Amino acid sequence: MSIWPIMLAGGLITFAIRLSFIYLWGRVDVPPRMRSALRFVPAAVLSAIVLPELVMPTGTLNLSLHNFRLLAGCLAILVAWRTKNVLVTIIVGMALLLWLQAAF
Amino acid sequence: MSLGARTFWAGVRAELPLLIGVFPFGLIYGVLALSVGLSPASAQVMSSVVFAGASQIIVTQLIHEAAPGLVIVLTIAIVNLRHMLYSASIAPYLQHVSLRWRNLLAYLLTDEAYAAAILHFEKEGPSPTGHWFFLGAGSALWLTWQLSSAIGIFLGTTIPAAWPLGFALPLTFIAMLVPMLKDRPAAAAALSAALTAVLAYGLPYKLGLILAALVGIGMGLLLEGRK
Repeated sequence: MSIWPIMLAGGLITFAIRLSFIYLWGRVDVPPRMRSALRFVPAAVLSAIVLPELVMPTGTLNLSLHNFRLLAGCLAILVAWRTKNVLVTIIVGMALLLWLQAAF
Repeated sequence: MSLGARTFWAGVRAELPLLIGVFPFGLIYGVLALSVGLSPASAQVMSSVVFAGASQIIVTQLIHEAAPGLVIVLTIAIVNLRHMLYSASIAPYLQHVSLRWRNLLAYLLTDEAYAAAILHFEKEGPSPTGHWFFLGAGSALWLTWQLSSAIGIFLGTTIPAAWPLGFALPLTFIAMLVPMLKDRPAAAAALSAALTAVLAYGLPYKLGLILAALVGIGMGLLLEGRK
């Protein structure tokens, strides 16, 4: 399928979300329940993408030491926690994966 | 210089420190977009049409996994829903501006522009030139995002195909995710979403991702309610 209609729809929805209360202010309130729900969205979505990428890189569950992506991912989590730096995390994780692939 | 112009440049200056973090993200996005097979033109257009870093990087991941268009659009909507909070929080300071201004500023409402603008608004209170500050912060970010995407797209054409570049996506997400796990409800949301995603991996159309997000949000709310 072409990417263009997907981008256009995604862009329009994003714009509508951003405009919502700037446009509607004074006419509706954000329910507090929704306010708290929105807080969890990024963490939920990101971790739902990450874990399958690490534990099932070829589509089936692989928790062995031969799963290099899992090993590199664990190191990346540690680096992200210590440094809070996106570039350093990517470089260290990628370097370990490249090294494991070359060495074993 | 008029008061509006001065406020505009104050917004640009307030945004500068945040741009240091945005620039590498744009580079990463550009490189990744090309690595999953997007054309340079569509990768660049996405940066101005969608104009939302996290969701653009997630879109490249979903294209990589050949997810259907509807799931991609739905995921963009879920990931960007948090902007509704920003919209609500910034709206009281934009009461005096025209609909055209509201449209323009809504387009520029990103995490980083919001962060700079709300700090200013909370300190200064509602003011007749506040929208100029927001415009300055938002424009500086917009320009940086377009430029860094373009450089990333250019670099993406020069990186050897043998590199496991696809792995940079989960690594990027890890770097974004870990600092968010500041309290127990957030950690529970992340953990339950991650486990659901693995268990529901076999669901068609990548619906497992959306199910996992909903489970994670529910779990976070549940734990927060208990406090």
